[in-house]
Order: sequence, then structure tokens, then C-alpha cells
Amino acid sequence: MKALRLTLLRIWLPILIVAVWWFASSGSTSVYFPPLSEILGAVGSDWLGPYFVQHLLPSIGKFLAGYLIAVVLGVAIGLAIGMNQIARAITDPIVQFLRSLPPPTILPVGILLFGIGPSMNIFVIVFGSVWATLLNTADGVRSVDLQVRDMARSYRLTTLERIRHVVLPSAAPQIFAGMRTSLQIAIILIVVSEMVGATSGIGYYVLKSQQSFKVVDTWAGTIVLGILGYLATLVFLLVEKRVLSWHAGMRANDNVE
Amino acid sequence: MSSDTIRTTRIGETLLSTHELQVSYGRGESEVRILDGVDLAVRAGEFVCVVGPSGSGKTTLLRCVSGLQAPTGGSTVFEGVEVTEPPKKMAVVFQDYSRSLLPWMRVAANVELPLRKLFPKAERQRRVEAALASVGLGGKGHLYPWQLSGGMQQRVAIARGLAYQPDVLLMDEPFAAVDAQTRIDLEDLVLRVRDEYDMTVLFVTHDIDEAVYLADRVVVLSGAPTVVAEDIAVDLPRPRDQLATKALPRYAELRNRVFSLIQQAKSHAMIDQD
Repeated sequence: MKALRLTLLRIWLPILIVAVWWFASSGSTSVYFPPLSEILGAVGSDWLGPYFVQHLLPSIGKFLAGYLIAVVLGVAIGLAIGMNQIARAITDPIVQFLRSLPPPTILPVGILLFGIGPSMNIFVIVFGSVWATLLNTADGVRSVDLQVRDMARSYRLTTLERIRHVVLPSAAPQIFAGMRTSLQIAIILIVVSEMVGATSGIGYYVLKSQQSFKVVDTWAGTIVLGILGYLATLVFLLVEKRVLSWHAGMRANDNVE
Repeated sequence: MSSDTIRTTRIGETLLSTHELQVSYGRGESEVRILDGVDLAVRAGEFVCVVGPSGSGKTTLLRCVSGLQAPTGGSTVFEGVEVTEPPKKMAVVFQDYSRSLLPWMRVAANVELPLRKLFPKAERQRRVEAALASVGLGGKGHLYPWQLSGGMQQRVAIARGLAYQPDVLLMDEPFAAVDAQTRIDLEDLVLRVRDEYDMTVLFVTHDIDEAVYLADRVVVLSGAPTVVAEDIAVDLPRPRDQLATKALPRYAELRNRVFSLIQQAKSHAMIDQD
């Protein structure tokens, strides 16, 4: 009952907005605001049709590859930096410099190095989104409780055991916060990088349709992008909830006492 | 004087000993000396309580003994080897259970963690179950630590030490954070499992009653800079009982002796500060 009410509370506004859009645009003859029925028709016939393989799957593939590489790199390097003071001192100026570059700045360099295509798109996503995960991981690893460290040392846990059972879980809430920021940046960058340097993908398609005045297609692509970003966040939150269930449980418990 | 009395107790079977253990922070004029040459010895099978006024460096002493901290002078010898890192056959129960148990692991996994690299799965499970049963937490292994009360969490930490089956169990004010009722239960629990597992225990506390009630020997520390003020053999009969033992005239004598030593230490410390 409570779940149903919550669901209703969450979906009534989106439904209302879609309904208003649908009816307000139904007789539209404006070039720029085609009827929603036409846009959704294009979503159904194109994006669930030929574009699914031609544009959607490549975008999802590049996005997943770029994001996963960024997360693995971010956690691995963040772990090394967080656990080792010398590594931190050596890398800090470089990290601070690189992460201060606005990600789109790297686009021209990416095109120079990788040309137009998937490698360049993935490179840009990795480069732009790795920092949030990296810095959060380093921070989380550094702030592992002193007594927990003492415990791990006194029971002579191996380095691998310490990383796997103590350091990473302890830093996990912060790592996930970083990964979530990385996710948002990665979604932005897949679109931007496809707009300037790709021959397929949603970003490429949306910009091309706009330049050739296929307004319905531009709207349709934009909606597909929105749905894609929303689904990615949803999947992320489900994974986070599962991995950090202990954290939520512990916090709920603290509030009770 | 006091070091002589210790030497006489240090017979062949000494398991763990410190020699002129010194710890100081800072250098030159700003140097603060915490431990100023602490000598103590624990023989196999003994239950030794270290008691001292607050700020006497009890935790520092325990960190040095357990190899977690390097002393600035002197040494700790455990089973004939100088301690430079946490020794294999030693386990520590820390003061703050909420920060020594891992909240992302269930109780059984917490107890099992130090055993992973040492024993095959079946042996680990046997030890974990036995240890949890010993501390009265049989069947609670599937819970998370934060689902238990403070006293129960500290029992999990004790079970982790038991399952490890160390030659010596170090305990750093383990009951400082639990309520008085729970504390009494835990004291008796420690005495019981100590017999059950036939363990040597070095127990640090600021509680005089607790020290006298638990120990075979109470080592009283002076205030910082800390030395051993006195080493007192507790000749109370075992098994100890919260009512009967504490009603003995000898218990009151020992308690008063420790109490006055600590009062002395405190007043010395205050004079030093002036």
C-alpha cells in the first residue's frame, strides 16, 4: 500500500507533463515543435527499429566501455594514492592539473591522437570521468579508521586481505559517491564526443538531424538520450543499494538508538 | 626497587616482557615522555592487569607490547623474540568495539577474518562456531555487528580473539564503553573463557575493582612519565565470584593498596605539572 502510494507520488507529474505536451502539440504546425505523437512515432519506428543497432547500441557500448575503464582506473589509482603517502605526494600536482581541465578541452587532442571514431569517444569519456572516482577513492581510503587499521595489522592481515576486506569496503560509500559523479560526466561526454567526432551514435545523430532540419528526429533522439541517462542512473542506484546495504542498515540503526 | 621485585617473578617461563620501555613524543625542550622505562613480565598462563591513572600511557604501553607502535627506547620480548611487528601468536581486543569490528561483515565473518589465510574452511568454521558459543553468541553469526548491543559487540571482538587461539590475549580497556551491569557479566565471561582456552591475558584497565577481581597479578603504573609503581600478586582464591570474592577482607586490602598507589601517582603527576 505504502509502496503503491510512493509510486503514484513519483509518477503523476511526469505523466501530467507528457499529457499536457501531447494535447498542446497535437495540432501543431510549427516547424520547431512537431506534435508529440509524431516524435514518439519516430522513437518507436526508428529507435526501436534500424537505429537501435546503427546508433543506440554503439553509443551504449562506448559509454559502458568508457565508464567501466574510468571506474576501474579511478578505484585502482585512487587506492594506490590513498594507501601510499609517497605516491600521493608525487601524483598530487599532476592529478590536480589534469582534473582541472574541463573535459571538452580534451576533445581536439583526442581527435588528434585517435581520429574520428569509437576509440576517441572512449578516450574522452575515460579522461573526463575518471577524476571524481579517483579522488573520492583516495579520500575514502585515506580516512579508514585508525583503530580498524590497528586491528588489521595486529591480526596480520595480508595486503590483499586488507584491501579487499577492510580498505575497499570502508571506502565504498565514498567510492560510490565518486562513481555517481563520474556516471553523470560520462553520459555528458558520450553525447558531446559523438557530436564532434563520430560517424554513428545518438550524439552524432541528434546533431546531424538538427543540421539537416529533421526536427522530429532531433526531438526523438533527445528523448532517447534522456531515457538512456535515466536508466543508467537507475541501474547504478540499484547496484549501489545492494553493495552498500550494510551502510544503510547501520545508519538506520544509529538513528533508532 | 620495584624493578627488583619484578625480576624475582621472572622465572624461566616468562612469555612476554618489556625491558626499560620508553616512549616520548617531540624533541628537545618540547619532548613529552610518556613511558619512562617500563619493566613488566607476564608468565605463561597468568592473568595480569595493568592499572594506572588516566594519562599514564596504558594504551601506549599496549600498542608497544603488541607491536603496533615502535618504542623510542627499550624493547618488548615475546616468546624469546624482540617484538618489531605484531607477533603471530598474539591477539588484541580493542577498547572501542564499534571501531574494531567491521560493519560490512556479518558477525561470523568478522570472527573468521584473521583465520582465512591460516586454516582450511572446515577448521575455520569449527573455530568460529566454538568461539561464538563460548561467548554466548551461538547462532548469532548471521547478524551484522550493528544489530547487536554494545556488550554483545565486545563479545564478538573477544570471540575473534579466542578463535585465533593466541598464546597471549591483550585487552585494552575492553569494558570501558559498556554499562556497569554488562561489565560485570563480561568480566566473568573473560575469566571463564580464559580457563576454557587456557590463555595468558594481559589486561589494561583504569578500573581498580576490575583489576583486582580479574588478575593473578596487578601491575600499577605511576602517572606520566610512567614507570611501574608496584607489582602486586593477587592471592585471592579462584574461581572468583562477584559477591564472595569481593566480600573477602583480602580483596579490600588489595583494592585499598592499589587505590592508594594510584592516588599517589596522581598527586605526583600534578606536582610534576606545576
